[in-house]
Amino acid sequence: MSDTIHIHPGQVGHEVAHDDHHHGHHEQSFVTKYIFSQDHKTIGKQFLVTGIIWAIVGGLFSVLFRLQLGFPGQTFPILETVFGKWAEGGVIKAEFYYALITMHGTVLVFFVLTAGLSGTFANLLIPLQVGARDMASPFLNMLSYWFFFLASIVMISSLFLHTGPAAGGWTVYPPLSALGQASIGSRLGMDFWIVSMALFVVSALLGGLNYIATILNMRTKGMSMTRLPLTIWALFFTAVLGVLSFPVLFSGLILLLFDRNLGTSFYLSDIVVNGEILNNEGGSAILFQHLFWFLGHPEVYIILLPAMGMVSEILSVNSRKPIFGYMAMLGSLFAIAILAFLVWAHHMFVTGLNPFLGSIFVLLTLLIAVPSAIKVFNWLTTLWRGNIRLTPATLFAIGFVSLFISGGLTGIFLGNSTIDIHLHDTMFVVAHFHIVMGVASMFGMFAGIYHWFPKMFGRYLNSTLGYIHFWVTIVGAYLIFWPMHYEGLAGMPRRYLDKSSWASFSQFGDLDKMITIVSIIVFAVQLMFVFNFFYSIFKGRKVTSTNPWGANTLEWTTPINPGHGNWEGEIPEVHRWAYDYGKDGREFIPQTEPVGANESKH
Amino acid sequence: MDIVSNQQQKRIHPHKFILWVAIASIVMMFAGLTSAFIVKSNLPGWKNIELPKWFGYSTAVIVLSSLTMQMALRSFHQREMRQYRRLIAVTFLLGVAFVVLQSLGFRSLWYQNIRFSGSAGGGQFLYVIFGLHALHVVGGIIALLVLFFKAFFGKVKLYSAIPVEVAATYWHFVDLLWIYLVVFFMLIG
Repeated sequence: MSDTIHIHPGQVGHEVAHDDHHHGHHEQSFVTKYIFSQDHKTIGKQFLVTGIIWAIVGGLFSVLFRLQLGFPGQTFPILETVFGKWAEGGVIKAEFYYALITMHGTVLVFFVLTAGLSGTFANLLIPLQVGARDMASPFLNMLSYWFFFLASIVMISSLFLHTGPAAGGWTVYPPLSALGQASIGSRLGMDFWIVSMALFVVSALLGGLNYIATILNMRTKGMSMTRLPLTIWALFFTAVLGVLSFPVLFSGLILLLFDRNLGTSFYLSDIVVNGEILNNEGGSAILFQHLFWFLGHPEVYIILLPAMGMVSEILSVNSRKPIFGYMAMLGSLFAIAILAFLVWAHHMFVTGLNPFLGSIFVLLTLLIAVPSAIKVFNWLTTLWRGNIRLTPATLFAIGFVSLFISGGLTGIFLGNSTIDIHLHDTMFVVAHFHIVMGVASMFGMFAGIYHWFPKMFGRYLNSTLGYIHFWVTIVGAYLIFWPMHYEGLAGMPRRYLDKSSWASFSQFGDLDKMITIVSIIVFAVQLMFVFNFFYSIFKGRKVTSTNPWGANTLEWTTPINPGHGNWEGEIPEVHRWAYDYGKDGREFIPQTEPVGANESKH
Repeated sequence: MDIVSNQQQKRIHPHKFILWVAIASIVMMFAGLTSAFIVKSNLPGWKNIELPKWFGYSTAVIVLSSLTMQMALRSFHQREMRQYRRLIAVTFLLGVAFVVLQSLGFRSLWYQNIRFSGSAGGGQFLYVIFGLHALHVVGGIIALLVLFFKAFFGKVKLYSAIPVEVAATYWHFVDLLWIYLVVFFMLIG
């Protein structure tokens, strides 16, 4: 393939071009190699490490507000030592609690499961698995990370403001979020939130543009679209969703910024705050919800699809069997991507939405069950009678399927506009989306990290710690979120600071204590994973063969520690799909191997 | 990317492709804003506005600049570099003129007492939507400035038409986007 390498005349040679032939001779400074790197693998690792830091912060927030929910009114003097006026007397103040839940949602949804998950694996896997030396535009790719970094800095800074960070819920609905006089969480912290998210949107767009262009334009010879691994297909649809939905959130946030700071009335109408009559008229708070959820719903698939793709790949590799129903997997990914844009109003069933319109959104929402069920069926049949290797990555992938089923089923309840009247804004919703989107995607991310860690760092993660990590996390996840369904069915609202004064909810006091204790244990085990991650980068067992999992995809044809440009010689040519496992008596046949004369067709 | 295989060259150049996807994304942003406009214009307290004449002038200017941009691209393809430089400079100046005319339009609306605070109306949307469009034009102006300096002071001779083609496509896009917006405001606003 590199006999066809061609350097554009008239453009200044780029270091990738040099790397190509003089491997190891080209000296890169520390700054260009590790900080302002344009190598997609380094950028992927930057996204991953930043995502891990955010996950610790966001997870810690959840432990803190679980303390309040599990032990309302109890004093924890250490909280006052650490947080000062936010936890006077060791009790979490209401403002602090709302800031915690808001930032937990924002951080986990955007900074961990969007940037940390698809940012990491799209960067790492797309060029490696399609057979390209780097992204379509390595420079924009680098900018994508640094915009994310800036967004992170702004969001972190908001935590240290005198009035605290944004505290109106991660959906930042106006009018609450638009009026600083309504709550201290809607003051400067809210402006920081908007600015940070605007930077985040820029980052997501720059990344998404690159992912799409690379997948469609930079595939190696022989890599037709239907020979792409499912990871790449999933990341492709993720990028398409992001590129089309994030700009709409951006518009919504700009209008919110105007309402907050310049007195416009896009979202505000006829409001009295603390006895003061505002002169805003003609605005519509529901308009914001439409703009928000037009991003917000695709966003849950932006989070979930990369996990689905990686799980498909990991399950196939580790059960030593071809993926079951490749084309059906592809079709269902496509169907999910389309439907993702057509269901946003199911978040708004109780806003006074026209019931007829609601029934259309019910239909479209329930239709998502079809592609989802196809995928679940295909994962199970891929595992069926395979020679399963239970590596930590496999376990997390199976855990993903389990969580996706349990969380998906409760979606059928919530997708019905009539049942939603009872269930909306209760703990049932919290349980549903945490299992199906939050924890499931975290599992997909863990599976991906355990599986591709050898490619990223040339070493393995410690498996024993990996097994402990898996079992505690899956048992813990169910113990935390399963009981919330019961609370929600009983009508217990989400986001409330203290429910103990309601006779109907005080019966759940002990259950909430249990959930809090389990969440502390699960959080501690995640810290153990973080230790494993950083320890293994430097001290983990070294990878000795280029293809440790016996996988077919192209990333395992590169050197153990690939340089910028990925392949030392030619880019390999592809002759078959990625899933020839256990074919014609052979355990696996890499994509680079030509189809033999007497080989059976798949 | 500088390394492009022969086979990959048959496909559309990655940078151009990135631009097309970016255009789709910008379209979504303005679709979000203009659909918000439609939703809001049916609510009580809505005030329509009349577009000041400045926006008519700016429309003429940006259409003209699209023309000069296309001519610049043609001269580049024909390797008439002097002509190319002159046309790129003219396009740049027209772009600046467009932004100036837009701000005059804003000023005239402001003096008609169409302000930010208070009740909703087409004016508030106009400031946001036209303002964002002008920011996109400024982005194009910066790209033209880069091309301009490369053409005049660059040490390397320019042969690749890709950067010029990318800039031209973007320029036509902001032109078309403007025409859409101005027609939208005339018909619905």
